[in-house]
Amino acid sequence: MIGKATRRVDGPKKVRGAAPYAADQAIEPTPYIGWIVEATIGKGRVVSIDTAAAEREPGVVRVLTHENTPKQIPYGETRDGSDADRFTMSHALLNGTEIRHPGQAVALVVAGTLEAARGAALLVKVTYETDDGRYVVTGEEPEDLLVVPDELDGGQEPDVVKGDIDAAMAEAAHTLDVEYTTPSQISAAMEPHATIAVWADGELTLYLSIQVIGWAITALANTFGLEKSQVRILSPFTGGGFGSKLGVHGDAVLASLAAMTLEHPVKVVQTRRSVFVNAPHRGSSIQRLRLAADAEGKLLGVGHDSRMPMASYGYEFAEPTAAGARASYETPALHTVHRVVKVDLPPIDSMRAPGEAIGSLALEGALDELAHDLGLDPLELRLRNLADREPQSGKPFASNDLRRCLEKGAEAFGWTDRPEPRQRDGRWWRGWGMAACTRVNMLMEGAARIRLDADGRARAELDMTDIGTGSYTILTQIAAEGLGLPLESVEVVLGDSRLPETAGSGGSFGAATAGGALKNATDNLCARLVELARDHGDSPLRGAEGEGRVAEGRVWIGDRSLGFDEVVGLVGGELSAEGSIAPGENSEKYAQYAYGAHFVTLRVDGVTGEVRLERALGAFSFGRVLNPITARSQLIGGMTYGIGGALTEALHVDPRSGAFPNRDFAEYHLAVQRDVPPLEVHMLGEPDEKCGALGSKGIGELGLCGIGGAIANAVFHATGVRVREMPITPDKVLAGLMAQGD
Amino acid sequence: MRPFEYVRAATVEDAVTGGDRFIAGGTNLVDLMKHGIERPERLVDVTRLELASIEEADGGGLRIGSQVTNSALANDARVRERYPVLSKALLSGATQQLRNKASTGGNFLQRTRCYYFYDTARRCNKREPGSGCDALDGFNRIHAILGASEHCIATHPSDMAVAMVALDAELLTRKSDGSTRRVKAEALHQLPGDTPHHEHVLEPGELITHVDLPPLPDGARHVYRKARDRASYAFALVSVAVVLVTDGDAITEARVALGGVAPKPWRAHRAEAALKGARVDRDVFRRAAEAELEDARGHGDNDFKIPLATRLIASALAEAAGLDAGDDR
Repeated sequence: MIGKATRRVDGPKKVRGAAPYAADQAIEPTPYIGWIVEATIGKGRVVSIDTAAAEREPGVVRVLTHENTPKQIPYGETRDGSDADRFTMSHALLNGTEIRHPGQAVALVVAGTLEAARGAALLVKVTYETDDGRYVVTGEEPEDLLVVPDELDGGQEPDVVKGDIDAAMAEAAHTLDVEYTTPSQISAAMEPHATIAVWADGELTLYLSIQVIGWAITALANTFGLEKSQVRILSPFTGGGFGSKLGVHGDAVLASLAAMTLEHPVKVVQTRRSVFVNAPHRGSSIQRLRLAADAEGKLLGVGHDSRMPMASYGYEFAEPTAAGARASYETPALHTVHRVVKVDLPPIDSMRAPGEAIGSLALEGALDELAHDLGLDPLELRLRNLADREPQSGKPFASNDLRRCLEKGAEAFGWTDRPEPRQRDGRWWRGWGMAACTRVNMLMEGAARIRLDADGRARAELDMTDIGTGSYTILTQIAAEGLGLPLESVEVVLGDSRLPETAGSGGSFGAATAGGALKNATDNLCARLVELARDHGDSPLRGAEGEGRVAEGRVWIGDRSLGFDEVVGLVGGELSAEGSIAPGENSEKYAQYAYGAHFVTLRVDGVTGEVRLERALGAFSFGRVLNPITARSQLIGGMTYGIGGALTEALHVDPRSGAFPNRDFAEYHLAVQRDVPPLEVHMLGEPDEKCGALGSKGIGELGLCGIGGAIANAVFHATGVRVREMPITPDKVLAGLMAQGD
Repeated sequence: MRPFEYVRAATVEDAVTGGDRFIAGGTNLVDLMKHGIERPERLVDVTRLELASIEEADGGGLRIGSQVTNSALANDARVRERYPVLSKALLSGATQQLRNKASTGGNFLQRTRCYYFYDTARRCNKREPGSGCDALDGFNRIHAILGASEHCIATHPSDMAVAMVALDAELLTRKSDGSTRRVKAEALHQLPGDTPHHEHVLEPGELITHVDLPPLPDGARHVYRKARDRASYAFALVSVAVVLVTDGDAITEARVALGGVAPKPWRAHRAEAALKGARVDRDVFRRAAEAELEDARGHGDNDFKIPLATRLIASALAEAAGLDAGDDR
């Protein structure tokens, strides 16, 4: 079952519209609708707020503001003084007059209908006192504004320095010292952040669009001073998250606050424009890349330093921009330093492949520049510098398949047919590019339960989420394989905080963690079934000789067997077992990464500088493939995300107010169908038992890492123009073309 | 909710006497109403009027009803054959879903996509006359380089209207007093000056009923080129419509219009003057393009539009003249 191409078990429900996402849940009584009123300033405080006109509107129930809502635990703190992180701390809103960032909620208009709430929101009059805010990181900041984060996302050190990069740069035959920049980006999940909150009998129930249920429970308890047992979350389907739903945001907090205040269910669905400011985005980055190499292209030094914004309030978050540089290539001198500058922007947080997504773009671009300088095939440069041990730590790799990805990918693509640079075809320039891809593999703690009913049907229960990745499907496969049942005999129930706690979906750790816990549960259940068959007083197989095992949906002792229904019958109506998983010593002992290589061809309009991809191939290695269909979807989804990151996506910031001018999908340009050529995916990996019970590695983020570098490199190969400021929009290519007289 | 009256007109007469604001596809107006930017008291739905057909006109042109959808117009066999620049312009705009809803008349009257016009927390002279313009010193990558003023640098976002202007289209309108008039497509929109909230010459309650496309000289070559930030569903950074007639290598007629660069679909009269009587030649095309952009002014983030427009005009002319291969995107 595991590893077989299995169609999504929830697919029919989704295409029929029968999969209930948070805002779809039918709740009695019909929820009121809440509409968020956003601060129109960047930083400062509310001086007065006049809701009278809004409250007079027909259909309006209440306008909630800081003046008429119960006090919450202050933003960033906890109910009991315990430590909390950005996902579990209080996310209080309307809890005072302070405006921390542009677009922060200053009121929630609650009405019987969406139209009434939205219309009345236009009538809420707020006056502010405005403070000066800092909204952009320019690279010109003085030293005293540069903050050393306590740690980087994923727990890495902010600084990893070994050897002497300056000496390497001074002495090497070939050196490169360049700056790459990436803009702010938004996760852009298809389903906007949404919540229905119900407050009854001292219990807060949320139908919530979320990635990690456990963190959300803690955050809500910490926000409202509740016990965790008073909060229940139901999240059977989530329409994408990409990091932006790791934690709770304005919809969850405000819907809860309103439901508790009004003692009536309240629904808050963020609008697309609201998601840009009341949910997190990826910060911009300025990256300095230094490479030193000898005449043969052997790396003597790698420098990758990063400067990014960090929210000035409540929590620390810093991307491990140089994660790829620390993990990919052998070098005697490594200089990776991360600094952040505090800004007063909307929340800055994890977005798909924090670190590698933007860092690999710069690193792989710089390597291409070095290859060009050396007159070396960029593929060959990478092959000459692969690492035997993790460069930053010297630890052995659990497995390292980068060479195979590069070689097999190149072969499948026909890389050796790469033409000379600057091929002209009418008014188009044509080019080829490649890049490597490394993404950290993580395993978390998780638990699961498996039940067998009297008919011998299985039901897996865990608080895992399915954010569109295929959790339902792979967990069905894992349970079916573990019990020797057909897929149809297994039901998987997810997304309920009453079920055993997993780590949810994030950091590409979901499949290995939830799947590993479930495998452990089925193993435990199998052991129990054998024990009952052999030892139970009423068992027809009592005392039978031979090996005990579970296969084909039956319990075997030697060559005799019992049906599940018969074994369950021995103990009454039901049998269940729990299972768990936790990172073990292999997580400490071995450096764990998934790998890939990207190859692309594209054309550039020589008149306008527009770039159009023509072909993209990714060769990936990520341990055991749990399901080739859903795995491929993850990978091509990642590649598509990376195409947008390289060519089209930029969330602009007006430095005067911190406002995002292009906060809708007409002007924030995700890659659309026509920007994405047919994507070829090759899956090369073999099970890596050091990476967890299933031997799989995470792939939710892998496909995105590196493809932007391949695209930028192909633009250079096509035109001779090196764009280091992402995204590669026509204006930037055009400036380069004109500068070289094209 | 802000209440408004909605009435559905059965005849043109009903429509023009029924109110002073019309709604057709609503692809832009409804959005703006939700944001509180448009606040009509009363809307007259004109989608049921018998204005949804394309007819042959006397003298060899076409008469297009104002309620013909963008999809129907783009895919009409006569339009594709006789006015390919219009078909291509339409298909390069928006998405299939939007084109299925949007009307010919409404497309002319769609409003700017200026970020600061949409964000009611910012100053905008178009939205709140006299409040100021936050685009001028703000993020103005998508803004105008021609025809703008110190009060407004917003662009008109239409692709269709650019082709219409190049085709010398004329609008037929009906006013509430029953009178009709003809307005050249090029004369429909006004430059902002110090009244950027006055965007066009139509009076309140004046309805566009038809658009006339005059016949073109035999052998006219059509090109529509659009530079944009992604391959589909993006407004033009710069677009160019060209209708070119040559006799040997002599240019007998050249019409050029630009999108994405000005507060209105921009007829490139200076370029046309430079092309008049000239010979087909890349240098001629480049000089014509440069002449058009001579007074162009960037505002920082949109400075690139000046060379982009220059190059795109020259290239589109070269394509129309058969010097450059086309582009079948």
